[in-house]
Amino acid sequence: MYFTVSLAILVTMVLAVIRALKGPSVYDRVLAVNMFGTKTALLLSVVAFLYGRPDFLDLALIYALINFVGVLAVLEFFQKRSAAQGHTTKD
Amino acid sequence: MLLDILSWILLCLGGGFVLVGGIGALRMPNFYTRMHAASLTDSTGSILIVVGVMCQAGLSLATIKLLTILIFLLLTGPTATYALANAALLSGMKPQADTDEGRSSS
Amino acid sequence: MIIVFAVFLLTLLVLTAVAVVRTENLFVAVMLMAIFSLLMATNFFILDAADVALTEAAVGAGVTTVIFLGALALTAEQEKPIVSGRWLPLAVVSVTVLVIIYASFDQPRLGDPGAPAHQHVAPWYLEKTAEFIDIPNIVTAVLASYRGYDTLGEVFVVFAACIGVLFLLSVPPVKPQKSKSSDNSSGLRHHLIPQVVGRLLVPFIFLFGLYVQFHGEYGPGGGFQAGAIIATGIILYALLEGEAAALNAIPKSVLMAMVCGGAMLYGMVGVAGMILGGNFLDYSVLHSDPVIGQQMGIILIEAGVGITVCGALLSIFHAFAERD
Repeated sequence: MYFTVSLAILVTMVLAVIRALKGPSVYDRVLAVNMFGTKTALLLSVVAFLYGRPDFLDLALIYALINFVGVLAVLEFFQKRSAAQGHTTKD
Repeated sequence: MLLDILSWILLCLGGGFVLVGGIGALRMPNFYTRMHAASLTDSTGSILIVVGVMCQAGLSLATIKLLTILIFLLLTGPTATYALANAALLSGMKPQADTDEGRSSS
Repeated sequence: MIIVFAVFLLTLLVLTAVAVVRTENLFVAVMLMAIFSLLMATNFFILDAADVALTEAAVGAGVTTVIFLGALALTAEQEKPIVSGRWLPLAVVSVTVLVIIYASFDQPRLGDPGAPAHQHVAPWYLEKTAEFIDIPNIVTAVLASYRGYDTLGEVFVVFAACIGVLFLLSVPPVKPQKSKSSDNSSGLRHHLIPQVVGRLLVPFIFLFGLYVQFHGEYGPGGGFQAGAIIATGIILYALLEGEAAALNAIPKSVLMAMVCGGAMLYGMVGVAGMILGGNFLDYSVLHSDPVIGQQMGIILIEAGVGITVCGALLSIFHAFAERD
């Protein structure tokens, strides 16, 4: 049962990677990375039970907490870049 | 026993949701629809899978950890999606509700 | 079962790695590196190496993406076209790959108990940890006590890397910077929802970092991971409130003191062992009961490692953020 679910999550991870590779816009790629991160957290929490090692849930917890920081950093990067471009193109 | 069946149903539903979300994120025609597919099923899939695993874990430290994982996923996921959509909108990517592309593919 | 996971994850890993090399857009490369890091962590996890997976998760999920983006802000987004001279590197890489593949035929099977690595000192570690150090996580025992010299070396590598990056980046920029008024808009202060949620998360990240730091003897975790997690928490604060607020909370002098002080704390524990009549990094003499002495030593050096890693990552982050 756990195995079936983890297989479904793995297939979704493959789809997310394909979207990240194809992604016409940069936002598609960020979306794919974010999705991949949450899927990793889910996969780890399922696999921790598949292996019977609930101690390992710490890893899923860390992804649930930290994956967000990467997306925010990307947003700040976009914001800074558009501010810099606005600076140069406006004048 | 009842808990086992419940957890089985939840896990299967969650796996299905996650898979559908992945397919949607790959197949939808433009960015906002892809984001919709990814994020909506992301949160539902997370709830179903984590609650399903929680039913198996019983009352232990693992359940509390799973609950925290769920809470953090539910807090950060929609926020990240909102922020991403906001950034895309500000960058000039207009959501197209009724385009030729959408009509031809529907 | 493990075969299915391995096939999926390793195929994805190779695909992502090839895509990172092939793409000419550096932003895309950064995003793909994030996926690569997540895949590596999952791989380590599947192979039951929870401590390594936790390190990869703590560093790869947040800090590396942030630092890569900081570096990307200093350079152009497109890779420069490579003009010529690709054949020699290709030949070198091909020969190396062939040699490595040839060598891998001699490798024992995954999880083979008869492998040489499991015959030498590993059984001794497994048997004697309960007697000598009495902590459940043998990885921490090996890392901090039996192989204390190696970890000391690693801490000094982190220290040296931090100093090197600071030397490179603290050279004043050639062009005069654009007006400071644009810097005031740094941070995500205008985005209400991310800010509210982010502020909520910062204390939990710190709490979890401290848990990983002090729980390293019982579960996966330790100084390296905790330092990276706490640094991520402070970076999140800096992203939300702007660099200035983060530097106000933890000034640069404190960061440098952390980098040096953590490494020194580690060394001092070793010297204290020598003064009390043992060998360098022999924690048994720190307390009248050698087992408690070992545990004290491990807690102290893990704290040193955590402080150094946290300080180094934050110094590098601020060094990048200051330049743009």
